Amino acid sequence: MTATTTAPIAATPARTKGVPSARLKAWATRAPLLPALVFMIVVTQLPFVATLVISFFDWNALYPKARHFTGLDNYRQVLTDADLRHSVWTTVLLTVAVVVVSLVLGLALALLLDRRFRGRGVVRTLLIAPFLVVPVAAALLWKHVLYNPEYGLLNGLLHYVGGPQPDWISNTPLLAVEASLVWQWTPFMMLILLAGLQSRDHQQIEAARVDGASDWQIFRHLTLPHLRRYLELGALLGSIYIVQNFDAVFTITSGGLGTANLPYTVYQSFYQAHENGLASAAGVLVVIGSIVIATFALRVVSSLFREEVARG
Amino acid sequence: MSTVAVRLRGGRRKGAGLGLVAWLLGIVFFLPIAWMALTSFHSEADAATNPPSFGAALTLDGYREFFGTGGGASPWPALVNSAVASVASTLLVLLLALPAAYALSVRPVKKWTDVLFFFLSTKMLPVVAGLLPIYLFAKNTHLLDNIWLLVILYTSMNLPIAVWMMQSFLAEVPVAVIEAAQIDGARLPTILARVVAPIALPGIAATALICFIFSWNELLFARVLTGVVAETAPVFLTGFITSQGLFLAKVCAASLVISLPVLAAGFAAQDKLVQGLSLGAVK
Repeated sequence: MTATTTAPIAATPARTKGVPSARLKAWATRAPLLPALVFMIVVTQLPFVATLVISFFDWNALYPKARHFTGLDNYRQVLTDADLRHSVWTTVLLTVAVVVVSLVLGLALALLLDRRFRGRGVVRTLLIAPFLVVPVAAALLWKHVLYNPEYGLLNGLLHYVGGPQPDWISNTPLLAVEASLVWQWTPFMMLILLAGLQSRDHQQIEAARVDGASDWQIFRHLTLPHLRRYLELGALLGSIYIVQNFDAVFTITSGGLGTANLPYTVYQSFYQAHENGLASAAGVLVVIGSIVIATFALRVVSSLFREEVARG
Repeated sequence: MSTVAVRLRGGRRKGAGLGLVAWLLGIVFFLPIAWMALTSFHSEADAATNPPSFGAALTLDGYREFFGTGGGASPWPALVNSAVASVASTLLVLLLALPAAYALSVRPVKKWTDVLFFFLSTKMLPVVAGLLPIYLFAKNTHLLDNIWLLVILYTSMNLPIAVWMMQSFLAEVPVAVIEAAQIDGARLPTILARVVAPIALPGIAATALICFIFSWNELLFARVLTGVVAETAPVFLTGFITSQGLFLAKVCAASLVISLPVLAAGFAAQDKLVQGLSLGAVK
């Protein structure tokens, strides 16, 4: 995902009286755009190019003199190293599980909130709140306050019904990370799907109801097809954010117990192991994975976007 | 007549039942936060009991401990750093995004959709993709542990979202009003400040709040690039990752205090939250 747009330097708009040339005028139109464009290219595209270059070098920061070009060797190592392969698998598992579960829960909540009932605004606010807790704070909350085997709330509540007292994080580490992320991301899915539900054609639904369609038939044949792209959008945006998740893995398990995902592995391999070349190769792999998701995401966003432009 | 009445009453009962389910789920989702708030006001001894002590005496000890009056490290430098990084980067984002959005909506450049999608594509580049070069750059230019480096990075993180959101808000400004101002001889900065800004102001405010939230929350950059001096609030929180004896009330107080700005900003921007999170795709 490198820049294809060339970024020319800003030209000053014409100040002379008389007819400015078309070229000058075009530059005057472009000028307000350039600072943002140049800024983005310098801060996001250049570092990625550097990562790409470093990924072809054998470079441990502790032995800078031994740095040399190795071609695709780092990639071979990343793809054959058992730990790194495991972290690729963990990333996929974590992302898919969190996205699917929070999407299903978010859909159920959106359908419930789409109906009128007493206190709907309050319930909406209660449901959004988990998304508005700082991610590290949310992860600490789950780790210490809910999961703690001795005095956590989960085992406290289980105690009342005489249930078992499991050590949640040690027994099911990945599930523990996933549950905390599902709690934070369900509100996100709910908000997107609720917006989708509220943009339905209510006359069409009323007409179907008059014709005797059941609630299920309306959901299956009208609501779901309409929601399809909102579901896709939620899934893709959720994937983009969760593939990159670092906070929850870092806080809840510190990457231990087989929960290290790719972003955590990249962090660890250069920040702690000082393996710059390997870290870069792993980073490039994360980017390739993201590009696959992003290509689909961009297509969905663009179809919704064109619809909006046409409507407006 | 009677069958209609029965159907209506049945529908209402079902509606009330589903309303109750919604309430129940809302409470379940909110429970961890409510419990966190309650625990933050308990003494450490009452916070660490099984079964939980719901009705224990309330105290501000957890907050006293967190703010360092009990002898621990003060969180104030971290909170100030977070405020500087979030506010300064949000201002910089607005400064760059407003003219850019103008050139993508009010007086669009050629191929403006392509430019818009270039901005979006940068958002999909994972943070780890550029982390190492940025770290090496900071190390060689002695910018490590400097809060202004985070300001620059947070600006790049939020600029695409801001451009997308503002583009859609500015598209709502009627072109006729702008043309009238141009005929009156107003220059671009004047038009932006006097004509465009007032109409788009609610949208701009929401954009700013969302950028503020993302900057305040950020951990990975802050963790790698800051140390003692420029440590932000999330980095301060990572100090609580390993258990330190009885410290639940303190953790809860810390998590709550550090989340408060985000909760406030999020609820203030509630209506535009979806649009910001979906990068403008959903209104």
